[in-house]
Amino acid sequence: MSHSFTKSTARNIFFGGALFAFLLFLALTFDTTRALPKRDHRENLTAAVVRGKYVWETHDCIGCHTLLGEGAYFAPELGNVYKRRGPAFIKAWIEAQPTGAPGRRQMPQFHLTPQQLDDLVAFLKWTSEIDTNNWPPNIEG
Amino acid sequence: MQYRSQAVAKPYFIGAIALFIGQVVFGLVMGLQYVVGDFLFPAIPFNVARMVHTNLLIVWLLMGFMGSAYYLIPEEAETELHSPKLAIAMFWVFLAAGALTVLGYLLVPYATLAKDTGNAVLQTMGREFLEQPWPTKLGIVVVALAFLYNVTMTVLKGRKTSVSLVLLLGLWGLALFFLFSFYDPNNLVLDKYYWWWVVHLWVEGVWELILGALLAFVLIKVTGVDREVIEKWLYLIIAMTLITGIIGTGHHYYWIGTPKYWQWWGGVFSALEPLPFFMMTLFAFSMVGRRRREHPNKVATLWALGTGVMSFLGAGVWGFMHTLAPVNYYTHGTQITASHGHLSFYGAYVMVVLTMISYAMPVLRGRPANSRAAQAWETWAFWLMTVSMMLIALFLTAAGILQVWLQRLTDTPLPFMAVQDKIAFFYWLREAAGMGFLLGLLVYVASFFVKGEREALA
Ligand code: HEC
Ligand code: HEM
Ligand code: HEM
Ligand SMILES: [Fe+2]
Repeated sequence: MSHSFTKSTARNIFFGGALFAFLLFLALTFDTTRALPKRDHRENLTAAVVRGKYVWETHDCIGCHTLLGEGAYFAPELGNVYKRRGPAFIKAWIEAQPTGAPGRRQMPQFHLTPQQLDDLVAFLKWTSEIDTNNWPPNIEG
Repeated sequence: MQYRSQAVAKPYFIGAIALFIGQVVFGLVMGLQYVVGDFLFPAIPFNVARMVHTNLLIVWLLMGFMGSAYYLIPEEAETELHSPKLAIAMFWVFLAAGALTVLGYLLVPYATLAKDTGNAVLQTMGREFLEQPWPTKLGIVVVALAFLYNVTMTVLKGRKTSVSLVLLLGLWGLALFFLFSFYDPNNLVLDKYYWWWVVHLWVEGVWELILGALLAFVLIKVTGVDREVIEKWLYLIIAMTLITGIIGTGHHYYWIGTPKYWQWWGGVFSALEPLPFFMMTLFAFSMVGRRRREHPNKVATLWALGTGVMSFLGAGVWGFMHTLAPVNYYTHGTQITASHGHLSFYGAYVMVVLTMISYAMPVLRGRPANSRAAQAWETWAFWLMTVSMMLIALFLTAAGILQVWLQRLTDTPLPFMAVQDKIAFFYWLREAAGMGFLLGLLVYVASFFVKGEREALA
């Protein structure tokens, strides 16, 4: 690098550039915040959905599954499982675990109450209705 | 060592390496569960092993960063650490908090752990990487603040260099963005939006400042190149990092409910994120090329060069591979992601911590460099671990391509589990490569105990 380009020039590029990027990011975040209600349908965030998210989090479902493509890659995507399988299957499936099939990946038995199962389904239904720009590519997730 | 208080780095480095071993063992457990699904079930379900694996990774890297800072800051500031006692006390608090949390994961069902630690009062658990109960999260904040207080006071009373300024900025940023882990809104989209303010703004933001500062420090030491030159590079690299990386967060906002324009903002800016990593590679090689001294610690130089190359491969190349929205549409949340996650974490953060340890540990043990025999062992460890990690990433990439092909990029998509069966072969190869990695890690640990001739001391 030439001599006219000094360390303090580089430092100014750093502070100026970082500040600019951060402000732009905040502006985009502001705009996103305004646009989100139409896409996440928060008017449907019922008490059941909120409780369902709590069941989801306190059983660490994300430690095996992805949800909208984020999480672990050990077990099927669940962001669209409501559409793939429907509510009755989801509840029956969770109650029937583990399969005990030898050598097959296992999902634990969580001993959820009927209420918790309903809440979980409400949460998965709400999640499946988020506008995700058409992701996943097909129903298999 | 120039300042007595630098010695507090030693327990941090030893603790980091011990937890690293634990992390890799749990990685191998999961790798086996991928192909032998009921292995250790129900004693250690996959999700439990995963929490242990990833949380140990984060904890030991943080320990490595702190140890590195405790070593670096007094030397840069040319003064003793503000409070060595506080540093040692915080080491034990951090280790205890980490150990208790991991035991909690392993011994109690997660729902019980959540209940017993008051998750109902402040809901933060059950999100990837942020699985810790809030008392643990609070513990992390307390340790981080005590640590930041300690190193900041040291810099304030001593010489202020660009290296320590950049390191401090990175460390303060790390603590600041971690605060978003306490924010867990009921709305999943908002939850995910701000979750990335911890995860992405860490690894592709403030952690890169730490990476750059540590690398710059070691390069100054082993090459003897003029500090002005090295610090100019450092500023340019981290300028590129934040200019591209902050808005690059958008590459996680394609499919989680956020507006479509993020496909452009995220795509364009994150496509430029490899640049700072490439500059890091050039930086390391050009400084070593221009070196003004032959430092006896050859293997530390090897680690520094390795960090330059592997961070560019893992973060830059493997990141670029799936960062544009049309590609990410198919690869999102597949083994491609896992492949990139491994290579980037290893190439950037594991390797830079091992670079620091490699440089500092001999000094902490009272010699400028280890014996030739010990360095030969460490060199073997370098290659074993690095090649194994490259293989892990390649096998996962192969698995990921097939997964995309069979499950997504087709008119006749197969179910997830059917696809997993078909690609099991690559998971076996990954597990084999993982054993190679563990071997490398054991050789690494052994290198600390190799005495050998002391001819390298000259
Ligand atoms: C230890 C890992 C693990 C955890 C934790 C886990 N699962 Fe699963 N889950 C699996 C596996 C593996 C499968 C696929 C099993 C099979 O096909 O035999 C599965 C399948 C499912 C399915 C069926 C998907 C489909 O498309 O057929 C649903 C629904 C489900 N899990 C819901 C949940 C929920 C809700 C939670 C949290 C309360 C959860 N899982 C936690 C491993 C896990
Ligand atoms: C050496 C043997 C290792 C094996 C067999 C292994 C295996 C695994 C497995 C199976 C997962 C879970 C993937 C999933 O969600 O389905 C995982 C996650 C992860 N591992 Fe490892 N691992 C190993 C070493 C490492 C090392 C050395 C690092 C650090 C560089 C690391 C970093 C990670 C990270 C960051 C994740 C989370 C990835 C993501 O969410 O995309 N692992 N590992
Ligand atoms: C050292 C720096 C980096 C580290 C440690 C890192 C690590 C990770 C990890 C662990 C994930 C998985 C997160 C999850 O579990 O959901 C991830 C995802 C991702 N990374 Fe990186 N990364 C780095 C740099 C980069 C760069 C420079 C790019 C782009 C050029 C990039 C592009 C991506 C993308 C697009 C995803 C999302 C994958 C998906 O859709 O599933 N990363 N990264
Ligand atoms: Fe990212």
